[in-house]
Amino acid sequence: MSVDTVKNAETTPEAVQPYAELGLKPDEYARIREILGRRPTSSELAMYSVMWSEHCSYKSSKVHLRQFGDKIPAEAADVLLVGIGENAGVVDVGQGYAVTFKVESHNHPSYVEPYQGAATGVGGIVRDILTMGARPVAVMDPLRFGPADAPDTRRVLPGIVGGIGGYGNCLGLPNIGGELVFDPSYLGNPLVNALCVGVMRHEDIKLAKAAGPGNLVVLFGAKTGGDGIGGVSVLASETFDADGPSKRPSVQVGDPFTEKLLIECCLEIFAADLVVGIQDLGGAGISCATSELASAGTGGMHVTLDQVPLRDASLSPEEILMSESQERMCAIVEPVHLDRFLEICAKWDVTVTVIGEVTSGDRLVIEWHGETIVDVPPRTVAHEGPVYERPYARPSWQNALQADAPTPERLARPSTPAELRDTLLRMVASPNLASKTWVTSQYDKYVQGNTVLAQPEDSGMVRIDEVTGLGIALATDGNGRFAKLDPYVGAQLALAEAYRNVAAGGARPLAVTNCLNFGSPEDPDVMWQFAEAVRGLADGCLELGVPVTGGNVSFYNQTGDLPILPTPVIGVLGVIDDVERRTPMAFGPVGETILLVGQTRDELAGSEWAHTVHGHLGGLPPMVDLSRERQLADILVAGSRDGMITAAHDVSDGGLAQTIVEMALRSGTGARIFLPDDLDPFVALFAESAGRAVVVVPRSEELRFTDMCVARYVPVARIGVVDGVGKDAVLDVQGLFSVDLADLNAAAEATLPALFG
Amino acid sequence: MAPRIGVVTFPGSLDDRDAARAVRLAGGEPVALWHKDNSVAGVDAVVLPGGFSYGDYLRCGAISRFSPVMAAVIEGAQAGLPVLGICNGFQILCESGLLPGALTRNDNLHFVCRDQRLRIESVTTAWTSGYTAGQEIVVPLKNGEGGYVADERTLDELEAEGRVVARYLEVNPNGSRRDIAGISNAAGNVVGLMPHPEHAVEPLTGPTTDGLAFFTSVLTQLVRP
Repeated sequence: MSVDTVKNAETTPEAVQPYAELGLKPDEYARIREILGRRPTSSELAMYSVMWSEHCSYKSSKVHLRQFGDKIPAEAADVLLVGIGENAGVVDVGQGYAVTFKVESHNHPSYVEPYQGAATGVGGIVRDILTMGARPVAVMDPLRFGPADAPDTRRVLPGIVGGIGGYGNCLGLPNIGGELVFDPSYLGNPLVNALCVGVMRHEDIKLAKAAGPGNLVVLFGAKTGGDGIGGVSVLASETFDADGPSKRPSVQVGDPFTEKLLIECCLEIFAADLVVGIQDLGGAGISCATSELASAGTGGMHVTLDQVPLRDASLSPEEILMSESQERMCAIVEPVHLDRFLEICAKWDVTVTVIGEVTSGDRLVIEWHGETIVDVPPRTVAHEGPVYERPYARPSWQNALQADAPTPERLARPSTPAELRDTLLRMVASPNLASKTWVTSQYDKYVQGNTVLAQPEDSGMVRIDEVTGLGIALATDGNGRFAKLDPYVGAQLALAEAYRNVAAGGARPLAVTNCLNFGSPEDPDVMWQFAEAVRGLADGCLELGVPVTGGNVSFYNQTGDLPILPTPVIGVLGVIDDVERRTPMAFGPVGETILLVGQTRDELAGSEWAHTVHGHLGGLPPMVDLSRERQLADILVAGSRDGMITAAHDVSDGGLAQTIVEMALRSGTGARIFLPDDLDPFVALFAESAGRAVVVVPRSEELRFTDMCVARYVPVARIGVVDGVGKDAVLDVQGLFSVDLADLNAAAEATLPALFG
Repeated sequence: MAPRIGVVTFPGSLDDRDAARAVRLAGGEPVALWHKDNSVAGVDAVVLPGGFSYGDYLRCGAISRFSPVMAAVIEGAQAGLPVLGICNGFQILCESGLLPGALTRNDNLHFVCRDQRLRIESVTTAWTSGYTAGQEIVVPLKNGEGGYVADERTLDELEAEGRVVARYLEVNPNGSRRDIAGISNAAGNVVGLMPHPEHAVEPLTGPTTDGLAFFTSVLTQLVRP
C-alpha cells in the first residue's frame, strides 16, 4: 500500500486531489496549498477537510457568535471560571465547586441511524464535560420531531429515545429533563440535542492544551476502528438529498460500557493530578485532538500514527486520522507521571498507548512507519480555518407572516363553556402538551441518588453537596414557531423561559449554553434568522446578567430547500444554596391559595392553541420584557428561600390552562379557579404571554408574598384555591366548566403510548 | 461499632455509591469492595449493587459472576453471610447459582423507570425483618431485563417455602412470573430484588423512604447477640 508522504507531495505538485468530495471549496483548497507552500498530502487533506468543515470550524457562524464575547454582562466576572472556546464553559457555584455544562446537536446521525446516532450524541457531550475535569452528574435531551403520527416519526422517535436511554442509563447518569416537540418542519430532519452537566472542585479544572516539550501524548480508551469516518464532513455539513447515497457507514457506534470505564479511569487520573492537558476525541477524531491540543499549547507535537491501537488493521493513515470511533481520550502527560497513569488505566481495563510527544517547534508532525505524512502549523488546522461573512437579508415573506395575526375574525375562538372545556381536553391530549411519561420512563432519573427535581418539573435539579445541600438546576427551552415569527424575540423568549424555569424551582439563574439549530447558512433567509437569533440571545443575556459559556451550532437542518423552523435551544444553569428549599410544581395542601404572577395579554400568535386547533402560524410572538423576567425570577427565588411558596410552575406552552392542569395532575389534587373579570376567558386560559408563573402559597403567607410582588411592580392576582383530593378531585373553572382530574389524566397519558406503543 | 457492609464495584456498576449511602443512612459502615479482590475483607454483609456490569454483554451478570470477589461472596453466602443483590446484583446472584431462576428482557421491550408499589411477602429474611408481613411500599424500579422467570416447579417451591420476598402491585412492569419482584435462598440470608430500595432512603431524592428498612433490617440482625 503506497502512502502519500510529505516528500512525495513535494515532488508531485500537480497530483489531482479529491478535495471537493471531502467537502472543501476550491478557494479553501488553494489556501491549504498556500499555507503549506506545496500540495497537502492525502493525510493533511483529510485533516484540513474535517477541521474546516462547518461542524468543526464554525466558519459561517463565527462572525455572529463573537457577540457572546463582546456583550458580556458584568455578572460574568463573578461567575465564569472558563469561558467560550474550551470544550465547555465552567461556572463558579460557590463553596469551592465549579460546574461545567453544554448542549450539543446530533441531528443528522440520529436521522440516519436513530439509536446509535442519539446514543453517541450523549456519549460525545459527556466526554466534553469529563474533559474539563468534572464528574458528569446529569444529562438532558431536547428533542424535536415531525408530526407525531407521521410514519417517519414512528421510525426515528423510538430509536432515538432508546439510544439516549440505552447510553445514558448504562453510564449511570440521571436524565433530569428535556423537551419533546412535534412540528411538520422537523419531519425529514429531527433535532436531537443532548446536554450534560458536570461538577468539580475549582482546583480540578483541566484544559485542552499540549504544553511542555518532552511531555507525552497519550491515547486511551477504545481502539480506533472504521466507524464514523468522515462523519463530520459528510454528515453534519451536507443537506440530505432524497436521491443521495446511503450514508449509514458514516454514523458512529457507541459502547457505553467502555465510556463508563473511561469516566471512572479519567476521574482517578485527575484526582492523582497526572495530566497537563486533555482532549476528548469526538468529531474529527485524532485530527481534531492533536491539532487542537498543539494549537492551544506550545505549538509543536510529534505523533507516531502507527502506534494507534486499531480494531481493523487494514485502516489507512487517512482513515485513522478521520475516524470518529467513540470512547477515546487524548492526554498530555509528564514522563514522570506515565507509570502511575498506565497503572490506573490497567486497573480499569482501559487500553492506553503513548503515541507521541510535545515538541518545541510550531509544527504538528505525524509519522507513519518512519515516513512523515503530516507536517503542518496546527493553528491553521484547528483555530485559523476559513471564516465566512455569509450574505443574509430579512426574508421577503417575513412581513406577510407577521401580518397574518390570529385575530378572532381569522381564527375562530371557543367562547361557550362547552367549547372551552372541549378545547382544554383537546389541548391536554395534543402531542406537544401530553404527558411525556412514555419517553421519560425509559430514562433512569434516580441513579447517583442526588436528583431532587426531574421532568415534568420546570427544571432538573441535582444536589452536589450532601452536607451543605448545595445544588444546581438546569432547564432547556426553545420555541421554533416564535423564532420563525421573529427570530430576535424568539431567541429571547426561549432564554426567558429557561431562565424562568430555573427560578421556578427556587434556583438563581447563573449562566447560559445554547444549541442553535438552523437550516442552510448558504440560504440568506436562514442566515438572517441565525443572525437575528444570535443578536437576540446576546442582548438578552446581557440584560438578564447571565453570560453565555459555550454552545453549539447545527446548520444544514433541512430537507431539500425546506429549512426547519429556526430553533435556538437555550439551556440555563442555576444554583440553589440548599436543595431542601426547592419549589416543586405539584399543588400543596387543600385550601392553599393559587396566584398568577405576571400579566396576561391577547397573545396567541405561534401558540399551541393556534398550532393544535388551527394549524396556524402567523402574527407577532408574545412580547418579551426581560427586566420583568428578572423581577419575576427574584420573586420566585426569594419566595423559595424564605419559605413562602409551596409550589410554582411557569406559564408557557398551552397557557394558564395547561399550567394549572399540570400542577393538578402532578399532585393528584384539584382546584377551584376563578378567572379575572376583565379578560376574555379564552385569552385568560390559552394566551402564551411571557413573564408569568402560577404560585401556590399557604394562606398565612399570601399577604407577605403579594406585598413582595407589589413592591416590585409585578402584577399578581388571586386566581384560585387548591381543593379536592383522591377520586373526586376536579378542576373547576368557576362559572364556566369543570373537568374530573381522572379525565384530564386519561387524556394526557393516552397520547404517546397510543402513537408509539 | 457499627456493622460493616461491603458494597462491590464491578466494571459498569452504577448504584454502588447509592448503596453505600443507604448503608450509611441506616447506621452501618459502608466498605468498598473491588471486583478483583480475593476476599470480602471480613465485612458483616454484602450488597451487590445495580448497574450494567460488563455492559450487560453476553447476559446480565454472566461475566461478573466469575469475578474474583464473587468466589468469596459465594463462599460467605453459603456460610450464612447476608447478601443483597439489587437489580444487576440480583442478576449476578442468579447467574452464580445462589438464587434460582433468571431475569429476562422486559416483556414490553423497553427500559422502564417508575415508582413501583410492592408488597413485602416475607419478613423472615436477613434483609426484610424490619417490615411487617404484607406491608406495601413504594420504591423506584429501573431495569431493561427485569422479568423474573423460573420453571413452574421452582416457582411453586419458592411460594411454598415462603421465599418470594416481594411482589409487584398494581402494575407488573416487566412480565415477571407471578409478579415476583424479589426472592431469597432457603436460609434467608441471600436476597435478590429487582427494584431499588437504595433509591428510597431520603425524602428529598426518593419517592418515599420505604427502602431504608432493607438496610436497617440487616443491621438490626447483625448487632443482635
